[in-house]
This record gives sequence, C-alpha cells and structure tokens, in this order.
Amino acid sequence: MKLVKLRNMSEKIIEVKKLKKCFGSLCAVNEVSFSVEKGEIFAFLGPNGAGKSTTIKILTTLLHPTSGEILMNGHDPSKDPDAVRKSFGIIFQDPSLDDDLTAYENLEFHGVLYDVPKEIRKERIEQLLKITELWDRKDNLVKQFSGGMKRRLEIARGLLHHPKIFFLDEPTIGLDPQTRNHIWSYILELNKKEGITVFFTTHYMEEAAKYAGRIAVIDHGKIVAQGTAGDLKKKTKSKTLEDAFIKLTGHGIRDEGASSVERLKSAMRHMGRR
Amino acid sequence: MNMNSPVYILWLRQVKKYFRSRSRIVGALGQPTLFLIALGFGFGPVFAKAGGGNYLEFLVPGIIALSILFTATFSGIEVIWDRQFGFLKETLVAPVNRTKIMLGRTLGGATVAVVQGLIVMLISLLLGFQFNVLMLPVAVVFMFLLGLLFTALGTAIASLMEDMQGFQLIINFLIMPLFFLSNALFPVDNLPGPLAAVTQLNPLSYGVDGMRGALTGVSQFGLFLDFSVLAVIVIAIMLIGGKLFSKIQA
Repeated sequence: MKLVKLRNMSEKIIEVKKLKKCFGSLCAVNEVSFSVEKGEIFAFLGPNGAGKSTTIKILTTLLHPTSGEILMNGHDPSKDPDAVRKSFGIIFQDPSLDDDLTAYENLEFHGVLYDVPKEIRKERIEQLLKITELWDRKDNLVKQFSGGMKRRLEIARGLLHHPKIFFLDEPTIGLDPQTRNHIWSYILELNKKEGITVFFTTHYMEEAAKYAGRIAVIDHGKIVAQGTAGDLKKKTKSKTLEDAFIKLTGHGIRDEGASSVERLKSAMRHMGRR
Repeated sequence: MNMNSPVYILWLRQVKKYFRSRSRIVGALGQPTLFLIALGFGFGPVFAKAGGGNYLEFLVPGIIALSILFTATFSGIEVIWDRQFGFLKETLVAPVNRTKIMLGRTLGGATVAVVQGLIVMLISLLLGFQFNVLMLPVAVVFMFLLGLLFTALGTAIASLMEDMQGFQLIINFLIMPLFFLSNALFPVDNLPGPLAAVTQLNPLSYGVDGMRGALTGVSQFGLFLDFSVLAVIVIAIMLIGGKLFSKIQA
C-alpha cells in the first residue's frame, strides 16, 4: 500500500530531455533536461533572455523544438498538441487580452474555449473578478483598463479553468503586495485542493523561496542548478536565494530580444489605419 | 447554434468587435459610396447610350462585392493584429481544434461582410437602385459565400505573415486586381481575350454575377454555375486557410 502511494507521489507530469531550440545559429534553449512531479510547485528562474519563455512556449505547443524529448501529462506536444492543450492552463508574460471586449466577455470567451460548464463558469467568473477587485468594472472594455488591472484580469482568466498543469510566466509582475498575496493564496489552494501542478517563473526571489518546492535555474539556455531553495543556498554558500541566484548567474545585466512593450509600440505604429 | 461551442463564441467575438468599431463601419462605407456616386452617375449616360441600360443597376452588385471583398479580407488579416496584441496566443493554446477556431473566425468575418454589403445596398436604394425583393435571400447567399471566401483567404495570408509589413502588398496585388479585373465595373462580353480570360478565372466575378442575376435578373454565367463555382472555391480556400492557421507558431 505504502509503496503504491510513494510511486504515485513521484509521478512525473512534465518530463523534458535534452530540449533544444535554435533560431539560426543562436540556441535559446540548449539541451535542457528537467522534470516536474505531479502536484509540485516548481519555479523556473533565470535572468532576462535565459530561455525561460522559449521553454514555456515549447511546452505549451506554441513553438516546435529543434530537438529533444518532451512529455506533458504523458503526451508529446509536437505529436499530439490537442491532448497537451487539454492538460494545461497558462498565464502569459505578455498581454494577451482582447481590448475590444469587456472584462466579463474575455473571461466568458476563455470559459467556453476551455469547456467550463455554464453554471460553474458564471460562479467562478464572479468569484475571480471579486478576488482581483474587478467585479464593478466587469462590463467595461479592457482598453479602458490600466496596466495593473489588465494583469489582474489575465490572472483571473488563467485561473478560470482548473487544468492539471498551471504555467505562470511572471504572473505577479507589476502587482501590489496585497493583490500578489491574494493571488498566491488562491493558487496554493488550487494546488492543495485539486492537486494542480504549478510551474512558474518570477524575478521575485522571495516568491520562489516562499512557494516553490523545487527550483531550476536556467542561464544562457542551460540549466545551471536544480533543487530546493535550501539546496541552492547550500550549494552556493549563500544566505538568501537572491544571493544564490546572483552567484549562479553572474552580475551582468541582460538584454531581452524585444520586450513586449517595444513590440506593442511597434504594433501601435502600424495601427494608424484602424 | 450551441451557445457553448467554441465556433459560436469566436463568431460572436468577430460580430461584437465589428459593431463596436463605428469608425470602421463608416470608414468602410466611404469608398463604396464614392464609387456608386462617381461611377454610377458619371458613366451612366455613356452606358445608356451604348445600349447597356441602367448603369447604376449594373454597378450596384459590383460595389456590394467590393465592400464585401474589403471587409472580409481585413477580417481574415485581423489574425495579424491578434498576434501582435498577444490575443492570438490565448486561442492557440486553447484545447480546441484550430480548424474550429478558424471556422468560427471565418463565419464571423463573413457575417460582418454581409452586413456591410447590405448597408451598401441600402445606400444604393437612396441613390435610386431598384431590385427584385423576392430574390434578396439568394443575393445574400452569394454575399455570404464571397464573405467566407475572402475571410478565409485573408486568414490564410495572415497565417504566413509575421507583421503588418506586407499589408500594402496585399491591397495592391490582391484586393485591387481582384476587384478591377472582374465583372464588377463593366460587362465582360466583348473584352479583349486575355482580360476576358482573367475575369472569368476571378472568383469575384461569379459572386458579382450571382448577385446581379438575383437582384436585377441579368446574369452572364447563370445562377447555378455561379453558385457551384463559388462553393467549390470557398471549400478549397477554407481548407487551405484552416491548414495554414493550424500551423501558426507564436
């Protein structure tokens, strides 16, 4: 009996072996291997441009890998994308709302796409909009929202369906501590109650230290360390995770290709026609 | 239709967005109205003298087709906007077959195009256009087919494009030729050989001819041939568009 339980606990829901993604001669992800266990909260850390978002895009079927093996909930994203898409939910790092729809409509749209039954959909939309303090703005078009409100709405949308794996790509960036706490307590509850696996990236080291069971640090497309926060601190002889992170990845400041804001600006320039 | 189906919600999104952007509706009506007034009244006397009859009657189906051509192609190309504003990712990671997503978008784009076509028709009524009311449903069928065709075509092209850089190319090398090298503005009976061939290969001609046949009773190819040709092309382009859309990476 005990053995069976143990085996269940160490069931791998994400398995990545020697994953590689190259754009021309530049490899954003270079032979990365790691695995995430079912029900785990896993932090994927790294400086800007280290390969975090590229890895997430590949895991979530948005990009095809150059080489390597991936199993998401037992399915290969390049061979059976639809099965993989049924297993996860994601909060993107970049904005991904429809500005011409209202807050409520954005959530409704998501709920229908993810096949959340109507009654549950209604109930959850209300609950999530209240948690994110957007309920009284539910019928406003998203284009009237501030950056922080949009971020909150995206989080509400990401939490609307309860998938097996949750990807959160810098979920709490730009949010005040109050909202951050609210959102994390909701995520933790989901993790506990429904056994949802959480895979997140963040630049707030205290967030990773506080919530993640295990942490992987990626830099220049390679995993440079893996383990619990304690392991990483021990390994680098550091007092805090932040120190450990800096020791692992160096002091230099990184550039990202084009930030989401810059891309948005360039899109706006093309919008003159509208 | 099932209110909880992904196809429906994607259709609804296109339609809502259209009715919310009043500037887009008005903007898209300016050009057809100008064409109707300038060409309709400008060439009317010459056309009548040459024995062609009422030019406005001849022209209106062509201008309806023009507005459908523009509205539908742009609806398809909106995929690029969704890509740049990030919303496309939301639909691409959803556990819904991408063909269904493309289908919902295309039905939405076609619906919007039909509405736009009907508004142009209303304007033409103000200018003195007369038509067979009983055959209006048939004309709407042709409008819808044209809407499907060009939304799917726009989607197919947008699936291959990274950004809006190629936008002018599409207008100049696709939309304009499709419009001018068709039977929208002139009868194709006595055209020089190559031009006649091109207009007969142009799918827009069959939509215009179908509408013209339904609304004014004058058709060159016959309604059945118009419908058959269009239906086959619509299915083909939708399949191609669906395939290309399914392959998008973000």
